[in-house]
Amino acid sequence: MTESISTPQTGFSKLLRSIWAGIKKTPPVYPIFFIIFIILGLLNPNKYQSMNGVMTFLRTAAPLAVLAIGEMLVLALGGFDLSVGAIVTFVVLVSSKLLANDPANAYPAIMIMLGSGLVIGLVNGLIVSYLKVPSFITTLGMMLLVRGGALYYVGGAPQGYLTDNWRAFGRNYIENVPLFGRVPYAFIILIVIGALAYFLFHRTHFGKQILTIGDNVRAAQFSGVRVKLVRVLTFILCSVFAIIGGILLGGFGGVNVTIGEGMEMQAIAACVVGGVLLGGGKGNILNAIFGAFTLQAIVNLLNLLGLPKPYTDAVQGLIIIGAVAYVGISSLRKR
Amino acid sequence: MTTATVTANGFRRVLRSIHIPPVYFFLILIFIAGGLLDQVFADGQIFSNPAIMLNIVVRSVALGIVAVGQSLVIIGASIDLSVAYTISITAVMSSYIMVGKTENVPMAILGVFGIGALIGLANGLIITKLHVNPFIATLGTSLIVKGIINASFSNYTGSVPKSFEYFGYGKIGPIPVSIFILVIIVMGGWFLLARTKFGSHLYGVGGNSEVARLSGVRTDRVLIIAHVICSMTAVLAGLFLVSQMRSGAPWVGPNGVYDLNSIATTVIGGTALAGGKGGVWGTLGGVLIFGVLETVFNQLGVNPYIKTFLQGAIIVLAVASYTIRSKKEAA
Amino acid sequence: MENDPLEPVSKSPQEILPTIEVQHISKRFPGVMALDDVSLQFFPGEVHAVVGENGAGKSTLMKIMSGAYIPDSGDIYLGGEKVTFNHPQAAQLKGISIIYQEFNLLPERTVAHNIFLGREPSRFGTMDIRQMNKKARDVLKEIGVEKMISPSALASSLSVAEQQLVEIAKAISFKAKVLIMDEPTAALTYTEVGLLDDLIGRLKQKGMSVIFISHRLREVFDIAEKITVLKDGKFVKTVSKKDVAPADVVYLMVGRTLDHYFPPLGKPEDFGEVVLKIKDASNTLLQGIQFELRKGEVLGIAGLQGSGRTELAQALFGVMPFKSGSMELHGKAIAIRNPFKAIRNKMGFVTEDRKSEGIAPRQPIRDNMLLTVRAIQNLFGVLLKDGIRKSRKLVPMLGKQVDIKTDSYDREAQYLSGGNQQKVVLAKWLASDADVFIFDEPTRGIDVESKAGIHDMIRELTKRGIAVLMISSELPEIIGMSDRILVMADHKVAGELPAKSSENEIMLMATGHSNAVIQNAASSGKE
Repeated sequence: MTESISTPQTGFSKLLRSIWAGIKKTPPVYPIFFIIFIILGLLNPNKYQSMNGVMTFLRTAAPLAVLAIGEMLVLALGGFDLSVGAIVTFVVLVSSKLLANDPANAYPAIMIMLGSGLVIGLVNGLIVSYLKVPSFITTLGMMLLVRGGALYYVGGAPQGYLTDNWRAFGRNYIENVPLFGRVPYAFIILIVIGALAYFLFHRTHFGKQILTIGDNVRAAQFSGVRVKLVRVLTFILCSVFAIIGGILLGGFGGVNVTIGEGMEMQAIAACVVGGVLLGGGKGNILNAIFGAFTLQAIVNLLNLLGLPKPYTDAVQGLIIIGAVAYVGISSLRKR
Repeated sequence: MTTATVTANGFRRVLRSIHIPPVYFFLILIFIAGGLLDQVFADGQIFSNPAIMLNIVVRSVALGIVAVGQSLVIIGASIDLSVAYTISITAVMSSYIMVGKTENVPMAILGVFGIGALIGLANGLIITKLHVNPFIATLGTSLIVKGIINASFSNYTGSVPKSFEYFGYGKIGPIPVSIFILVIIVMGGWFLLARTKFGSHLYGVGGNSEVARLSGVRTDRVLIIAHVICSMTAVLAGLFLVSQMRSGAPWVGPNGVYDLNSIATTVIGGTALAGGKGGVWGTLGGVLIFGVLETVFNQLGVNPYIKTFLQGAIIVLAVASYTIRSKKEAA
Repeated sequence: MENDPLEPVSKSPQEILPTIEVQHISKRFPGVMALDDVSLQFFPGEVHAVVGENGAGKSTLMKIMSGAYIPDSGDIYLGGEKVTFNHPQAAQLKGISIIYQEFNLLPERTVAHNIFLGREPSRFGTMDIRQMNKKARDVLKEIGVEKMISPSALASSLSVAEQQLVEIAKAISFKAKVLIMDEPTAALTYTEVGLLDDLIGRLKQKGMSVIFISHRLREVFDIAEKITVLKDGKFVKTVSKKDVAPADVVYLMVGRTLDHYFPPLGKPEDFGEVVLKIKDASNTLLQGIQFELRKGEVLGIAGLQGSGRTELAQALFGVMPFKSGSMELHGKAIAIRNPFKAIRNKMGFVTEDRKSEGIAPRQPIRDNMLLTVRAIQNLFGVLLKDGIRKSRKLVPMLGKQVDIKTDSYDREAQYLSGGNQQKVVLAKWLASDADVFIFDEPTRGIDVESKAGIHDMIRELTKRGIAVLMISSELPEIIGMSDRILVMADHKVAGELPAKSSENEIMLMATGHSNAVIQNAASSGKE
């Protein structure tokens, strides 16, 4: 009879214990993000406590999130892709000229952009695989190549504006959605890309092989993984996602010569805040996305606090260091 | 044993011990190729005008100085992405303090070296004590410095007194002062690496920090010192630049792409990003290659954007020329 | 009971002070008692081996003695004085040097730099390279190798044996009184082991106390005078080599007699048709390779280190493919240019260095085991259908087959013990359904009992009709396991020998002697 009296108690403590275990296992990026978002909500309830405001936030954060997803794949592989920022610049500037202010050119222009992404990623992957140049240097060179090429093509200044239909992806919303009000196209695109990436990375052999290569490339080789093929495909995905991110960002922000500058660092930082290891072998799509959200939320918070842009940079730097230190130390302790 | 044979033997021994880094063969190749292009498509001054050749070296001074510091850090298996903004803050602060008055120069110099030491110290501590990846750590500090600069300055600030311009424009005999400074820094870097215990320890830390630690090397201290030295070379480069520009502007560092270029020239010079091997002479070769390219592009009147484009391609091809032979997979 | 060889050795009558002594040392790690109240003495001028199964506590003990670990309880005495070390360098300065299996050398630095890292001689504030080279030459001379190794040679340019000598020189430079070595002969060739043996003899004469861990009982008996057996963290016995036979030591280690070290060889009716046929194959590293491999047999590949055995395996598997010649797999002509193709054609390669080439440490055990299976399937093959559901049954089944000890297959592979990691690698290949297996040093670094398990498993594979190519540096293993022996020398096939050939015959062929000499040895051996 004592059994039935004690069982509910042990059942409850077991539940508590498993909740605590779950909390301990949660990657730090989520609590950090939610805390910051809650602070935003308290400081500006009109914007951040309304569905409208949340949707606006998502529209702003989507481009970086898309970039972070692609970058995460390359980081998991054990490499770096420093060309994604230049790719964003490339997309915005070159599209401004390709469109020639004519909306009819929008879809062909986008196709050309996606094709370019494929080529850039292909070249990156081939150079690392066959010329054995470390990805850090390869994508660094590619960054200069792409940026130089784009600036040359437009003669140093944007050659037109980005047509409304081209900008729709990054700027517009789907109206009258039940429950959510209006949902940005950018967010939908992010969800689609995120789902695709999640599927590829967590649910196919391809993703497992990326992780293995990043973890121990020799073991991957000796186990029959087609390292070069997987690597090239990964770089292609990263570049194509960067193109998409560029389209979203250009849609949202319009044309601007300096757009995209430094975004490769932000993408890497987003991944690191999301817990991705900078040596390869570990990664999680959702974490990377929330890493990007966190960075964006931090920027918004600093703007809200009235901090002029320069201070935003400084604080961003501090927070990146802090986040990485925290992630690093907590993973050391886990061992 | 006559004195002749003794000196001959000594000479032979010295020759044998000098390994010429492969990068210099590229330098010669690129120089000749560039010179030929210049002959054909421009006014052929590269081969004919010694001032142009001197200019190649002078062009390379700023990058050369900071690349030496970057090489030290990379040998220690670390990296420093904050050098560009360190250069900027040096240019702006020194100019601001000097306000054109010679008597302010020592204080300005002290001030900026202090700032540089602080940045280097911060980098080193964050990497060693907080165990943050060097890429992220120095990226973070660069953003912080960027923020501080942009918060306080947005345009040319202050000015440099004429006396200080000696640094940038002065000559000793026919040779510009700046070249002497570059040579001194490179030799200093070489000496530090090859002839001091610090250098030996730095190679150990970069090659295998566990082994170094077990041998009693204070790995944290060595790395912090390397980062401080690197930041100080950035400061020196900044002082040089501001003495040439006569007034400091916040965009000096990033415009010259000093961060990525110092890394690229180091790698092209034969120092591996993984650390533990390499040296400053190779880096100097890499820097001179960049200098030659700058000059050739200028002579040929190449569009600045094409210049960037070609720079990217050349960096990759130069590194590829010796990684292509390696059997290991690259990361 | 008199002259019982298993009685512990008593201290010598003159009461010589032990160079180093541990008393009541205990050390616990999460989940396991690594050392339990172990007390041992090591005397000067003595070579003392410590043996035991994987996990017996040998490494832990050595690490405590050399200052890398701090014991939970117990004391260390150096020359009668109690000492405590909180850093390996403290132990080194007191004269205790340890040489690990993975050498602690910086490959891109010179021998002199490596020896004196952290203690570089200086003059006027700068490093005195000439003095450093001279001091390095002096220590190299002390161990008699100054002609072989130059102080200004890069560590990466030295052979494995030479690197080990540098490590020993480093120890000498610390005026070591105790030299501890972890598996010193693991990576050495037959002749190199002999040279090491001579060197240890010289060190012994200088009064050094040499302690080493080894799984190779044969060498333990060749080199050591005293043998201490540890089991499950506890001290079993210390015996004198002249009083015991290897079988006795194994009994102490394992607690039972192992009747067969090796499973019985195959009989002619077990061997089927030729599955692999190589004719006149060459690449930059090998010349004119020619041999056949039949279904159900074990072809042992013997040869000195550097004779090209691993290169042969890598060529067969497509890592460094053949450039000329012909290869036939199951009667079909084929060219294997990469591991992917090799595996697709049902070949498996259990590499020599399993930790660095076989395991992805941060991936779950489950993913490691399925690595090969997935690698050859459709790149975008959905895990949901194939991998995850199948893996639920396949993974535990494989785990049981190779006897992996783990509480969950979702843990990262790096948290497994070395022996278990090797089993994961084996499981990975079993999953791939290969019918030609290449094993490169299958039992290197594995303790006696598990060795037998692996040998049994290899024979099990052949009974299933799998053809096995087994590379080994341990002659007893070659002789015990091979149905035929292929001997390599100088990157070529030196010849073939039948099963149960003698060590002598194999060594003669491996060192390039003519067939006549070998025939002679064979016939004289049989008399």
